[in-house]
Amino acid sequence: MTNFIEVHNATKTFRMQYHRSLKMMAIAKLKGNRTHDVFNAVEDVSFTVEQGESIGLMGLNGSGKSTLLKMVSGVMRPDSGTVLTRGRIAGLIATGAGFDPQLSGWDNLWLQAAILGMSEAETRRKLDAIVDFADLGTFLDTPVTYYSSGMKARLGFAVAIHVDSDIFIADEALAVGDRPFKRKCKRKMDEIKNSGTTIFYVSHAPGAVRSLCTRVLVLDKGRLAFDGGVDEGIHFLKYDDTEDNVVGDKEDDGLGADV
Amino acid sequence: MSTIGHDRAAEMPLASPSPGGTLAEVFRQRYLLSMLVRNTIKSSYQGTVLGWLWSYVQPGIRFAIYYFIFQVMINRGGDEVPNFAIHLVSGLVVVHFFTETFNGGTASLLRNRRLLNKLPMPKALFPVSKTVVALWHTVPMLVILLVVCLVVGWDPDMLGVAAGLLAFAILIPLALALALFFSILNVFWRDFGKLIGTLTQLITFSVPMIYPYTFVHERFGELGSKIYLLNPVAESVLLLQRCFWVGTGDDPAYLTSRHMPDDLWARGGVMLVVSLVLLFLAQAWFKKYEGRVVERL
Repeated sequence: MTNFIEVHNATKTFRMQYHRSLKMMAIAKLKGNRTHDVFNAVEDVSFTVEQGESIGLMGLNGSGKSTLLKMVSGVMRPDSGTVLTRGRIAGLIATGAGFDPQLSGWDNLWLQAAILGMSEAETRRKLDAIVDFADLGTFLDTPVTYYSSGMKARLGFAVAIHVDSDIFIADEALAVGDRPFKRKCKRKMDEIKNSGTTIFYVSHAPGAVRSLCTRVLVLDKGRLAFDGGVDEGIHFLKYDDTEDNVVGDKEDDGLGADV
Repeated sequence: MSTIGHDRAAEMPLASPSPGGTLAEVFRQRYLLSMLVRNTIKSSYQGTVLGWLWSYVQPGIRFAIYYFIFQVMINRGGDEVPNFAIHLVSGLVVVHFFTETFNGGTASLLRNRRLLNKLPMPKALFPVSKTVVALWHTVPMLVILLVVCLVVGWDPDMLGVAAGLLAFAILIPLALALALFFSILNVFWRDFGKLIGTLTQLITFSVPMIYPYTFVHERFGELGSKIYLLNPVAESVLLLQRCFWVGTGDDPAYLTSRHMPDDLWARGGVMLVVSLVLLFLAQAWFKKYEGRVVERL
């Protein structure tokens, strides 16, 4: 099999600046306090993902999931080590981040498609499918300011999910969508998965990970603590404890209300 | 969705997923650039009754105010500087383009932090799109200027047109270079945004716009005007005045010899080269540091 993601000893260091202004820094220096600290958000992480694998990246808050995801998607570069990918990366990342609330749904649809890397021809080809999926009717002609949060999410998802990709990344769930829309998304995600696209999914929801992923990575304080089967990974995180599992993931259509 | 066989998978190289930081990368993604520019322009007139007409009304009013204050109220111009309004507006066009690119470009990375934080976009897109938008705003101003010139009687010459083109050939790379350079600095130290906002207000006074260039020569002598002319924005203003204003006078040759420096063209040539070199350096600097931008946004 061909490796689609290769991460070798990736480390990302962040600088925590406690004080920014000259005055505050001077005071901190006088008191003998530290003005900044350095910490590794991701530390010496290595793994490879083969074509068609479906990875669930899990971990507690602050364990470095987002930072690792940003390195895989290309938003950040590692300070040491390497991150290499093959083909086009797309997915449900920051859907609607590029929306201009002043502009109509149509304008935003085209803009968002361009931001996600679609060409004019590609957008035109998929326009009907996107419009169909968003199911916003005549609201597409009104400025996005007047949209409810659910409508905004639907437009964002509709565009994002139609971008052809070799690696599909998802870092948010459909917390705002209603049940029929969630189901529609789940169907589309399964379609993507079954077409052999490599998937990299960040989630807190065991139900979603179980239904979508074939392998789980668990980060703990920036280090890769677990790499293996889905159930073992969820068990490793102690997320299979049903008493704590108040969200009721079995009911959530596999795309839970995670953050 | 993608139905890639193993043959195609092997064709795609393993590479870093981060987009490059060069202007070539922006050119490669010119469709996205055009969408960003188009939507910025569209968005700014959204919800107005006049729509794109505002792009003519706004500079029109601005020109009228300047004209009223300096020609009618202060009584600048006279026989010495005929058609002072055109002298003034030529300067305004240059200054407006320059400050809009410089200010907006400097703030552009920080302003788009939501996108940059989540999606791997070439970061140079934002300063470049700001420059293109500013250029777009310049078009209506040039149209107004042209109309005013035609109304008062204009005798255009080829050399003048060349001067006008040279003015923008100097200005565009220069403004973009500054936008690229300071957009990065502004992410690390937000103070730069404030500093530049203040400095650009001074540009209005540092170019021969509300006063003719001869003033500088008379007040500050040979050395003073030498230093004054080191400013590429001042040079561009003079070139654009050579293009529009000179041709509206009764004796263009006199205006050129009286109000333009003798070495206008030589200076213009040198500044064009300097401006292109600066753009080259700014791009290299941008490429070097853009990778560290996201974590500081």
